[in-house]
Amino acid sequence: MAATAASPLLAVESVSVFYDKFRAVDNVDIAVATGEIVSIIGANGAGKSTLLKAIIGQADRVEGSISFAGDNIVGRSTESIVASGVMLVPEGRRLFPSLTVEENLRLGWDVGRKGDIGFADVWRLFPVLQERRRQKAGSLSGGQQQMVALGRALLANPRLLLCDEISLGLAPLVINELYALIPGIKQRGIGIVLVEQDIERSLTVADRFYCLLEGKVSLAGRPGEVSRDLVMKHYFGV
Amino acid sequence: MTAVWANQLLQGIMLGGLYTLFAIGLSLSAGVMRFVNIAHGDFIVLACYALLVLTTALGLNPVVATLILLPVAFLFGFALQRFLLQRVVGENVLLVILMTFALSIIIENGLLEGFGADPQKISGSWMETATVALGNGINVGLFQIITFVAAVGLVAVLDLFLYRTGIGAKIRAVSDDVAAADLIGLSSVQIYAVAMGITFVTIGIAAGFVSIWTNFDPASGPTRLLIAFEVIVMGGLGSLWGSLAGGIVLGLAQAIGGQFDIAWQIMAGHIVFLVVLAVRPQGLFPKY
Repeated sequence: MAATAASPLLAVESVSVFYDKFRAVDNVDIAVATGEIVSIIGANGAGKSTLLKAIIGQADRVEGSISFAGDNIVGRSTESIVASGVMLVPEGRRLFPSLTVEENLRLGWDVGRKGDIGFADVWRLFPVLQERRRQKAGSLSGGQQQMVALGRALLANPRLLLCDEISLGLAPLVINELYALIPGIKQRGIGIVLVEQDIERSLTVADRFYCLLEGKVSLAGRPGEVSRDLVMKHYFGV
Repeated sequence: MTAVWANQLLQGIMLGGLYTLFAIGLSLSAGVMRFVNIAHGDFIVLACYALLVLTTALGLNPVVATLILLPVAFLFGFALQRFLLQRVVGENVLLVILMTFALSIIIENGLLEGFGADPQKISGSWMETATVALGNGINVGLFQIITFVAAVGLVAVLDLFLYRTGIGAKIRAVSDDVAAADLIGLSSVQIYAVAMGITFVTIGIAAGFVSIWTNFDPASGPTRLLIAFEVIVMGGLGSLWGSLAGGIVLGLAQAIGGQFDIAWQIMAGHIVFLVVLAVRPQGLFPKY
């Protein structure tokens, strides 16, 4: 089913996510269209990663509705959500260190939706990974590991790509390199959610943004249309 | 004199093959899945009794009986993991030990109830009695040779399976980081179950050989477990080829000890284990 303006690729509606009694995400509405880059910013503990976990089916208790391509995915297994076209680039990369680069990438292909993004595309985006494909992922530098994590996610041929703090712990030059790839991913018609603490970086590529504060959406809009002061105010809640 | 020693050492190596077969399933569950199965030896004995029923009640040839047992063993292991053991995975390690300890007690007493305490054995007929003469008075039993070859073959096949196939890569991925596997849609629950199914296939194979090699009774499980533990710790946890090395070292130690004094056969194995543990606690071929 094609996502239209009326039914976006991803529609998070009145979603709350709980850790035991604690409401980490509180009544949040978020929409992402096909080929749109949506940035979710917020301070540590604002609920950004928790929201991604809920979308991918790894949160314990979710209230509200999360629909992907028109289907409600709350309560479905991660396996089936990933197979239908949502893929996460987890915070901290989460590669399998004892597996080779190629094996790590292949897992993305195995779990995903079969499509036209293949190994050739990943090698073209990241030539260094092709050189090191037989090396253990744990022996790569942080930037190269992030390339594997991104490559793994792309090989799942997602329609919606969730990126959790892909710039965390990386050198600025490497971050530039990774962010330079994002418009190309968007052009393939993939919807992208960027969760970042680095506001500047993610707002420069985003079409729209949501700012989370203590589990609630404190501000939403287009990066060009709001002043940085206003964003900062809603980021820190002061 | 040399022939006596040569015979004894060869015996030891062949016995090492049998010990490798005991250990390989434990190496998979403990080393790869990080799951300490206290009932491992009892499951081998349980499989021996299953073979006993197939060969006596149905009159099947032991080889045929073992081949029939293997797919059943896979399903049994899969279901056991999926519906019972999975409940304690990732929880306190103590829970895993307690649960498998309970299974051990249940199996031992169940077998005692059903089959009595008498030692049992499955006849390998001509396979058991045939010997191969290597000249100079050196002879090896055909069945011993088959067992050893099977052990080497099983290690080789499992190594290829783990390191050259997609399922093998998934099992290693879950072994590396369970939570990360779940985050990217690799269902660790499913993969654990498959890995346990494969572990039980190796248990079935081990049972096929040990049930002909020697006697078994409902209480022989813990001894098998002890040997399997010594083998995988000496070999290096999680290393399959290391298990073969550990098995041979243990078999040789017992053979050499037994040559001095038969009472020292078992003790010599334990002593060598303790020495290896003291000198090289990471094992001969450490994986981690």
